[in-house]
Amino acid sequence: MEYETVVMISQITALLFFIALFLAIVIYVFWPGNKKKFDEASRLPFENDEPDAGNGRG
Amino acid sequence: MKSNTQAIAWGAFSDILALAAAIGCIMLGLLFAVAGRDEAIAFHGWVFAAAAAIAAVYLFKYTFESSETSDETGYFDGPVRVATIATVFWGVVGFLVGDLIAWQLAYPVLNFDLPWTSFARLRPVHTSAVIFAFGGNALLATSFYVVQRTCRARLAGRWSPWFVIWGYQLFLVLAASGYVLGVTQSKEYAEPEWYVDLWLTLVWVVYLLVFLGTLARRKEPHIYVANWFYLAFIVTVAMLHLVNNTALPVSFLGAKSYVVFGGVQDAMTQWWYGHNAVGFFLTAGFLGMMYYFVPKRAERPVYSYRLSIVHFWSLIFLYIWAGPHHLHYTALPDWAQTLGMTFSVMLWMPSWGGMINGLMTLSGAWDKLRTDPVIRMLVVSVAFYGMSTFEGPLMSVKAVNSLSHYTDWTIGHVHSGALGWVGFVSFGAVYCLVPWLWHRKGLYSQRLVEWHFWVSTLGILLYITSMWVSGILQGLMWRAYDSLGFLEYSFVETVEAMHPFYIIRAIGGLLFVIGSLLMAWNIWRTVRGDEPVDMKDQPRIAAAPELRGSSGAALPAAAE
Amino acid sequence: MSWEKHKIFETNSIILLIGILVVVSIGGIVEIAPLFWLKSTVEKVQGMRPYTPLELAGRDIYVREGCYLCHSQMIRSLRDEVERYGHYSLAAESIYDHPFQWGSKRTGPDLARVGGKYSDEWHVLHMKDPRAVVPESIMPGYPWLAERRLEAKDIAANLSTLRAIGVPYSDEMIENAAADLKAQVDPDDDGADALQQRYPKSQVRQFDNNPEFISEMDALVAYLQMLGTLVDFATFDASGPNLR
Repeated sequence: MEYETVVMISQITALLFFIALFLAIVIYVFWPGNKKKFDEASRLPFENDEPDAGNGRG
Repeated sequence: MKSNTQAIAWGAFSDILALAAAIGCIMLGLLFAVAGRDEAIAFHGWVFAAAAAIAAVYLFKYTFESSETSDETGYFDGPVRVATIATVFWGVVGFLVGDLIAWQLAYPVLNFDLPWTSFARLRPVHTSAVIFAFGGNALLATSFYVVQRTCRARLAGRWSPWFVIWGYQLFLVLAASGYVLGVTQSKEYAEPEWYVDLWLTLVWVVYLLVFLGTLARRKEPHIYVANWFYLAFIVTVAMLHLVNNTALPVSFLGAKSYVVFGGVQDAMTQWWYGHNAVGFFLTAGFLGMMYYFVPKRAERPVYSYRLSIVHFWSLIFLYIWAGPHHLHYTALPDWAQTLGMTFSVMLWMPSWGGMINGLMTLSGAWDKLRTDPVIRMLVVSVAFYGMSTFEGPLMSVKAVNSLSHYTDWTIGHVHSGALGWVGFVSFGAVYCLVPWLWHRKGLYSQRLVEWHFWVSTLGILLYITSMWVSGILQGLMWRAYDSLGFLEYSFVETVEAMHPFYIIRAIGGLLFVIGSLLMAWNIWRTVRGDEPVDMKDQPRIAAAPELRGSSGAALPAAAE
Repeated sequence: MSWEKHKIFETNSIILLIGILVVVSIGGIVEIAPLFWLKSTVEKVQGMRPYTPLELAGRDIYVREGCYLCHSQMIRSLRDEVERYGHYSLAAESIYDHPFQWGSKRTGPDLARVGGKYSDEWHVLHMKDPRAVVPESIMPGYPWLAERRLEAKDIAANLSTLRAIGVPYSDEMIENAAADLKAQVDPDDDGADALQQRYPKSQVRQFDNNPEFISEMDALVAYLQMLGTLVDFATFDASGPNLR
């Protein structure tokens, strides 16, 4: 195979791969079923200011 | 009971191990002090041995003379306190040296014709002091604070966190004193010689282990997103540091080494490192800070936790490619330059995603900007982040870069990020942390924070506007042709034209220094325990957790 | 549901760590690795040779003093730069530079082709007191360089260290390093001819005009005076495959 062909194939493969990966991340984060989990995680900074505040979360 | 005796045995074991390591370090330091091939490395040997000796004496007393049993419950905040103070200390040092070299550029007589006061030896002292000392300590302090709170776990290790903090200070002292003595490998932002690099590597590996160990101990199912950014910062900086500093020392006991890469390969490796020192040290790490302190201080969850995940992966993936934009039109192959430019422009998107996420966290609580100067500092830092991450992609476009490269425009760009973003977000975090860590009702004076904010903001504006003008002016003068087709200006005419802007810049820097001195004073009075002068104006969140009173109001739901 | 998979990143720190490492490695590998094989970046150009011991000692002083913070050594392929400084810089011209000193800021002018543009005397005066020769200059003075004896006890070790990382110093060059260093500041020295044979186009003379001892000034001026002088652009065709 020509060098140029190899370069072109690898560039297109990489492009498609990274687009797919990006879409996968976006779909994952906006999947309705995941909302609760993220809401929980976003509250972590407010829960454990004192070390023994850990009896029960949220 | 069994686990208790086991814990005591483990504690004694790690005390002995730490003591042995300290004694080993004394030996190593003495070896370099006595047998070093040049004065600089011998001096560093003495410094190293002295630091290890202090550690050994402390450990000895602690292990064999102290009768009190150590309290190993609760959060481990001693190292966080030291790093917080170190942040303020190194900040003042770094800004002062920066302003001195700014005046040197306006009035070269201030170089005093001495080796250790010349611009090029002090400039790395300035950059290392602000990036690695001020910024690095802010990252150490906040990462150790945040990881414990968001994981509901005590910091891993008994001596390791102390080693990370004090070992890092030793690295800073060795690096800065080396530059003044002429020990440098002259790779921008990676100046320390091989033995200082090795020491930093050791400290950094322990840092990573402490951080991972704490994550592993967590009692929360999720790893909060701030910790992702901190982890990416720690890991990537380790990779960059190791690769870029690969060097062969001329002799085991001498300071001099040669970097293994040469020419164009070294240029690419250096700017891969250099740009990602910006991307991962000055951005990812501080974004971790933003994702904790902005929501915490505003008492509202981050605007969109989902956006923060997209932000994270796209930022760390794209950033690593951007390095070649430092090498446009050079001997680096064109395809690499184009890649660097393309990814830099794409980087605009995650950067602004992060900025919007930070700013919108305030939505519904914008009034806090008026009443709480600490949150104003945090929010303005995010605005500066947005501004410099817009300017950066613009400057990475080859046509713009042909004008801006090699000029003061770059310096102005760096400082809008460093003073505006990194500086302000760190100041905001320090103002939050100090009352929390020292169990105070609030800061000594919130009015002084107001003054700090306005004096520094004015300083930043003077700094970046003067550098825009001087940079663009110089770039245009370099490429100006007269009517006969000759270059219109000699180089030195362009130097002369910079003079007024260098004075304005130095005044801006001076204002920033004054602001940092106000902070140091305020922090000192707070730590000392002085009664706050304007307690009634300070928000509830300014107080240490146990002094906040009952937290009546429930948190508002995440705005999505 | 497959989207649950991402959860492992959120709940397992080691997997998160590995994920980060993979993601941040890709860019560097794609951009750096090819540079070690590509013709345009590893190709040698007629005239390039390793630094003489004195030039290398001078370069080490240049590195020690951080000159690169204000002076670039990289002429970009832009019309005004080529007219101001000379032919744009080739990758081959910094092939033996450990580390590279292209710089990122021009507070002072580019130095990639400064060799031969000024006399030795001008350089020495300029180093001692820049404003004595260029009144508008903002460069720091370096008067001590002329007073300091050049510390060169390790010069042979420096050469062999560089050889270990790929600079083609021969056994002969390393053996004669100390002698070559002395010979370069003394045209009457017996070794001067041998030096010039080992290092073509090397310039032999008393650089700082002080025959008492070899100073750091001698070394630095010797380095500055050879910058950009090795490749002969009268005969070199940069339009061919050598065009980067």
